[in-house]
Amino acid sequence: MPSCPMPDLTPMATVEARSVLPRDWAADLGSPLTVDLTLAVTELIRRATSRMPQDIIEALVAGRNAETDGSRAANTLDTMLENIQLADDHVAPLCQDTGTVIFWVRHPFGFSQQRIRQQIRAAVRECTRRSWLRPNCVEALSGRNPGDNMDPFLEGHPVIHFEEKEGPGLEVSVMLKGGGCENVGAQYRLPDAAIGAGRDLGGVRKCVIDAVAKAQGQGCSPGILGVAIGGDRVTGYEKSKEVILRKLGTPNPDPKLDALERRLMEDLNTLGIGPMGYGGRSTALGVLVTEMFRHPASFFVSISYMCWSSRRLELKLDAGGQPSFG
Amino acid sequence: MKRLTIPISEAAIRELKVGDEVLLNGRVVLSRDMGHKYMVEHKPEWLKPLLAEAVIYHCGPVVAQHPDGHWSFVAAGPTTSIREEPYQADVLETYHVRGVIGKGGMGKKTSDGLAKVGACYFHATGGAGALLAERVKRVVDVKMLEEFGSPEAFWIVEVEDFPLVVTMDSHGGSLHEEVAKASQDRARELMSQK
Repeated sequence: MPSCPMPDLTPMATVEARSVLPRDWAADLGSPLTVDLTLAVTELIRRATSRMPQDIIEALVAGRNAETDGSRAANTLDTMLENIQLADDHVAPLCQDTGTVIFWVRHPFGFSQQRIRQQIRAAVRECTRRSWLRPNCVEALSGRNPGDNMDPFLEGHPVIHFEEKEGPGLEVSVMLKGGGCENVGAQYRLPDAAIGAGRDLGGVRKCVIDAVAKAQGQGCSPGILGVAIGGDRVTGYEKSKEVILRKLGTPNPDPKLDALERRLMEDLNTLGIGPMGYGGRSTALGVLVTEMFRHPASFFVSISYMCWSSRRLELKLDAGGQPSFG
Repeated sequence: MKRLTIPISEAAIRELKVGDEVLLNGRVVLSRDMGHKYMVEHKPEWLKPLLAEAVIYHCGPVVAQHPDGHWSFVAAGPTTSIREEPYQADVLETYHVRGVIGKGGMGKKTSDGLAKVGACYFHATGGAGALLAERVKRVVDVKMLEEFGSPEAFWIVEVEDFPLVVTMDSHGGSLHEEVAKASQDRARELMSQK
């Protein structure tokens, strides 16, 4: 029985000791117009870029143990796991492509989104200066790089989604979405005669299989598939990213979608694409599906492909402003 | 696992076959989209001695500059190579390059170029940015940093035991084509099920 050891990440005490947040720091959520989240978001990015979430590590180890010892697939997964260890040890980016930097902020009534936006922008600038993020935001036509990850035209990057929520406390999730995997995302309009997909769950399943077969190793497999059924072209794609924030191994609350996720995991891992497309059993680490509204005339299936280096993390500030990361 | 040291002879390249795992040592030049366009359109002479019998790496690194001015790599995995397909074969021939490192593989034009020149396409593990940066032992120089920005500049580095898989060899072989064909057949089979 082949097996590989789980990476031994630095203990939480070390992570805390390296934090940019002063010990006992808390946000003053009682003063929503003056509260400053810059440092907390800087720390969120520091951890997200260098420390792989535990559920992703477990999925990679399970994938490694399904491969034959000494095979290219097994060696490649070993390299990935060794990389996870090194990035964490050195507080270095897991991947040089630190991606499009995407945030989801959920805040109570009364907070200024414009102020939070400026604080997040300051944190991204600081993390870029510290080489935790690569300057990844360039002018579309010329490719000119301002060097600080700030959108040279408007305030489109970093991408920030705001949502007002009930109750106290504030949450900020971040995702670092690499360019290679973003390029293999796909949107289907059902019915799709080319792949024989109708407007039902069977049709959705065909879209996902087709997208993964087309992606091959280009999205840095084994990947995670975020799938949104419905929406318009914009909201479908948006949701297909947001769904990737869900932890692997947590069941889909909708039983019919949960069954689809399980079936697709089995399907995709018989394609033989394997890690980086070298061949092998590990093609997908997870499939995460959500259902939305739709216009009666439209039936979109939007698929976001997240690379194996699925960097995402949530900062939670409780009612007293105490931070936790998970 | 085979060890390969730059400068690489044509004979050493011709021995490599699809699927071989290799540890690369020596001087590597980083170049991606802007660099490849520039190499084909301007054919700069100063690159010739740097690239002869050497290897190009498709990579836009995360770098750090130290107080004394020297650079080091913080994360340096491969970027998607297919974007350089229009340029790669010309670059191989003009500069007598012996190999290209990247991810995702390349197309027919590059495959023909590899066979003609005697060069290989080496695949690095995408996303292994921290590990691969560790194997970059020294940043020797950087060119066109101001003009292109750090992810696109020509970084000239020395690597040690850089882990790679030959996925396109100098005999027309391509692991990418083999895997694509088999997996797409399997996908059609799955899609025919209810």
